[in-house]
Amino acid sequence: MHFSPLGDRAVVIALGATIDEATHRRVRAVCARLEMRPVAGMIECVPAFASVVVHYDPARVPLHASVGDARALARNAPASTQDASPYACMVASLADALTPPLDERPLSAAVVEIPVCYGHEFGPDLVDVARHAHLTPDEVVQMHAAGDYRVHMIGFLPGFPYLGGLSDRLATPRRATPRTLVPAGSVGIGGRQTGIYPMDAPGGWQLIGRTPLALFLPDQEPPTRLRMGDRVRFRPISAQEFERWSPSA
Amino acid sequence: MESVRVSLRILRPGMFTTVQDLGRSEHQRFGVPVSGAMDSWALRVANLLVGNDEGDAALEVTLTGPTIRFETGALIAITGADLGATLGEAPLAPWHAACAPSGAMLSFGGAAVGCRAYIAIAGGIPITPVLGSRSTFVRAALGGYMGRPLRRGDVLPCGEPSSLARRIASATGGGKAGATVARWSAGAALRPAYSAAPTVRVLPGTHAHLLSAPSADRLYGATFGVSPQSDRMGYRLQGCALELGAPAELLSEGVAFGTVQLPPGGDPIILMADRQTTGGYPRIGEVATVDLPLVAQLRPGDSVRFRRVSLERAQALYLAREHDLAEARRAIALRFPE
Repeated sequence: MHFSPLGDRAVVIALGATIDEATHRRVRAVCARLEMRPVAGMIECVPAFASVVVHYDPARVPLHASVGDARALARNAPASTQDASPYACMVASLADALTPPLDERPLSAAVVEIPVCYGHEFGPDLVDVARHAHLTPDEVVQMHAAGDYRVHMIGFLPGFPYLGGLSDRLATPRRATPRTLVPAGSVGIGGRQTGIYPMDAPGGWQLIGRTPLALFLPDQEPPTRLRMGDRVRFRPISAQEFERWSPSA
Repeated sequence: MESVRVSLRILRPGMFTTVQDLGRSEHQRFGVPVSGAMDSWALRVANLLVGNDEGDAALEVTLTGPTIRFETGALIAITGADLGATLGEAPLAPWHAACAPSGAMLSFGGAAVGCRAYIAIAGGIPITPVLGSRSTFVRAALGGYMGRPLRRGDVLPCGEPSSLARRIASATGGGKAGATVARWSAGAALRPAYSAAPTVRVLPGTHAHLLSAPSADRLYGATFGVSPQSDRMGYRLQGCALELGAPAELLSEGVAFGTVQLPPGGDPIILMADRQTTGGYPRIGEVATVDLPLVAQLRPGDSVRFRRVSLERAQALYLAREHDLAEARRAIALRFPE
């Protein structure tokens, strides 16, 4: 665990350097702990593949936080944190909150099924992905739908899930020229990742299909169908089934 | 004191006028951008001048201002860039409060320097919050007034003015026939030194060490132009491409308001209010919070230079500025006692 500043109002807690299950569990454990034991001055936590960013208000950080053993931990941070700046106090409090052993056991995860209509106008890049993988388009669909995916993080767009677990055979570089408009629901492959565009947006991923499900639900709390840690399965559906789906779904 | 529900009617929308507050925090982990005022300092001061909570919703006006008619008398304030506001017949300089009588028109002539002005109305704009904020995030049609910039014919409600707002209004000349601009205004300490060519203080970024040596020098020596492809999401800089010493493969992680990131093309981007929550480009710098208003007021064609500042100094400046705002709040309460 390594702390470093992200500007004058945020701290990066680095928890690894790779996308893997152990790092993911550490990220979730840190978020769960900070949710249970919020640190004074903290505004919110933003988890990612291998880090958690804590946004805070320097004016609300108690400048004489208790700094016992946590202070020693904080010394791992850059030398600039030795003074009682809001950043130094924030790091000390965070280290303090995260010192008792974290629960990094595998967490039970919801399994969410996402119906996808592959190919045709819903997945204009399916043929390119198949060519790149030396497979037929049907084989790509079978392989993609057979995968067991994990939501490693949500970012980029409201409700956009970064999914791990893509078969290496399907890894395809991003398009040389990003599309100016990727339709909402598009399922794409970007390098070794796969994901779903929750709303119309520009994007460079290879589009292989589309789901009729809404992923971003601003009237709900939390406002996303998928959460960090969820497992995802894709179920191929026909164009007819796609069209039958209620637009409000 | 009679309580009236003021409303604003948009006669002309201006270039890009949106409802904003201090943003939608606590939802970044779901990928929801914070949004909120680009020049959040100006929004806070505007609210202060009309007796509001500093995070109340107000209007953010961009370059070409709207024309607004007040259907009932209102205490308003304008802050941020001087976009040439006129209330009725009276010029309304930024950082002033004013009483707009019923039927008064607020219009804008144009700006010499700066990009965004804020119009706060006593009582705020009590539209329904979405995910905890009234800010407009246009790309997702989220929050604000129907998730979009204002259009001709829109009518916005105003909330109940605070008792402080009523005292400010009556001392400022509310009830008189014409528009009256307050004779007092936000002090110099509250007014950022907006410029078309500012020097902005920047903290070292997480990946600054990845810059090639010449690029590391240029970051703090060169003059960058503001590209026309700049908006509420980010400011694209041009005219001085930077490069890494070696290619870097980074994992996406959280970013902040003011993060200076370096995409492969070499033209840095300063992330602003509607920034995405996470990013995978190298973060070569972070604009000090106290200087974000200077960036928020840049327009395409302006230029900017960076000067290095330490984290300790940036946070000390931040605390001093918060102190200034608290002092101003106290001064206003003292000036208009119960």
